[in-house]
Amino acid sequence: MQFLREWTLTQYLFVHFNDKVGPRLAEHVMLSVITLLIGLTISLPLGLLLSRKKELAGPVMSVLNIIYTIPSLALFAFLVTLPFMDLGPKTAITALTAYSLFSLVRNTVVGFDGVDPAIKEAARGMGMSDAQLLWRVEFPLALPVIVAGIRIATLSTIGLTTIATWVGAGGLGQLLKDAVYSNIHLPTIQSQLYAGLICIGGLAVGSDLLFRLIESRIRVPVKARRTVVHITPQAKEAWE
Amino acid sequence: MDTLTKALQYALNPDSNFLGQLLTHLRLSGIALFVAALIGIPLGILISRYGSVARVVINVVGFLRVIPPIVVLFLLLPSQGLGFRPSVIALTLLAIPPLLINTDTGMRGVAPAIIEAGRGMGMSYWQLLRRVQLPLAMPVMIAGLRIAAVEVISFATLATLIGGGGLGDFIASGLALLRNDILLAGVIPAALLTIGAGVLLDGLQRRLTRET
Repeated sequence: MQFLREWTLTQYLFVHFNDKVGPRLAEHVMLSVITLLIGLTISLPLGLLLSRKKELAGPVMSVLNIIYTIPSLALFAFLVTLPFMDLGPKTAITALTAYSLFSLVRNTVVGFDGVDPAIKEAARGMGMSDAQLLWRVEFPLALPVIVAGIRIATLSTIGLTTIATWVGAGGLGQLLKDAVYSNIHLPTIQSQLYAGLICIGGLAVGSDLLFRLIESRIRVPVKARRTVVHITPQAKEAWE
Repeated sequence: MDTLTKALQYALNPDSNFLGQLLTHLRLSGIALFVAALIGIPLGILISRYGSVARVVINVVGFLRVIPPIVVLFLLLPSQGLGFRPSVIALTLLAIPPLLINTDTGMRGVAPAIIEAGRGMGMSYWQLLRRVQLPLAMPVMIAGLRIAAVEVISFATLATLIGGGGLGDFIASGLALLRNDILLAGVIPAALLTIGAGVLLDGLQRRLTRET
């Protein structure tokens, strides 16, 4: 029985990839990617601003936290009731972006806050301008934490995009939704459900691994930079 | 504003069964949290005593958490069918990790010297657990409960997708019928419940942290 089920699933994925699974997968990825791109365009400047102006950080983070707490289906549905929204990708992307902002902004703020003031001081002492300090020192040092935020936001976005289909935006949730409204005891329907679940789970696990890989890669230069700092005392000794 | 009044009217109309759905929502979340606490807290206490086991368990749980919760909800569909029970199972699975991880973290955060002192006073294992370790671990455990409660109450809205009932039912019918009043009758209480639970448990946590 188990074997039969797996067989129908494999068969389903092969036979129906082009007409059923593929398009939904593409929609899912598109929705998630657009969400994250918009999220990043907002969160990077906002996070930088909040790390510079501490008095703003509290209120803004509270608002983002409250949005993050609102049940996903409720936020999607609430946006539909707004006059300039409709059933479609626009609503879904707005809701998904609103959710992603919490992790993205929080990690950007934490990342910039975590840069050692002594390093900034040293960079200033070397005669760096504000822009140079930001691009050459602060941003690279904050990057691992920011990327961790992107990873967290990506994972939750991939999960939440599943709900987009209930506001008419498509995505892999469509496969699950169809399965609920059909006879779940039919092997094809079960295969369709599993195909959707495997794709969502696969996207999540895949992007988690990808971002962890990126995180480990960008940590290396930071370490290398530290070694440079470690060498400096020796250089200093030699100089003395 | 007009839609809001209509939503209120809809909710107050006995035919809409608003109270029934609200109770279903609370029952879904309550049962799930209770069962998750029954599993997560003892398991957390247990693994906190064995460092290497704890690391393995927490890594496995951390990996499983990568899988979106909605996948778990639908994964149960073929074997459990639609309805209340599969929803509770999915919600329980969602609530266990924060409770488990925070119990373990809280228990291991208790200074060994304090445990040593308790033992020196002749406390038995259970006395030590009940009077020393658990009270000291409580703020961290409440933090775990907060995460679990907010996630569960929020996620219970999605139970409607597999026929589990609750406030999500109003949202789903509102979306299906394009009726904003029905939709808001689900959206507003669902949002208030999760935000309220978060604020309440935050307050509890703050009080406990001040006491210790």
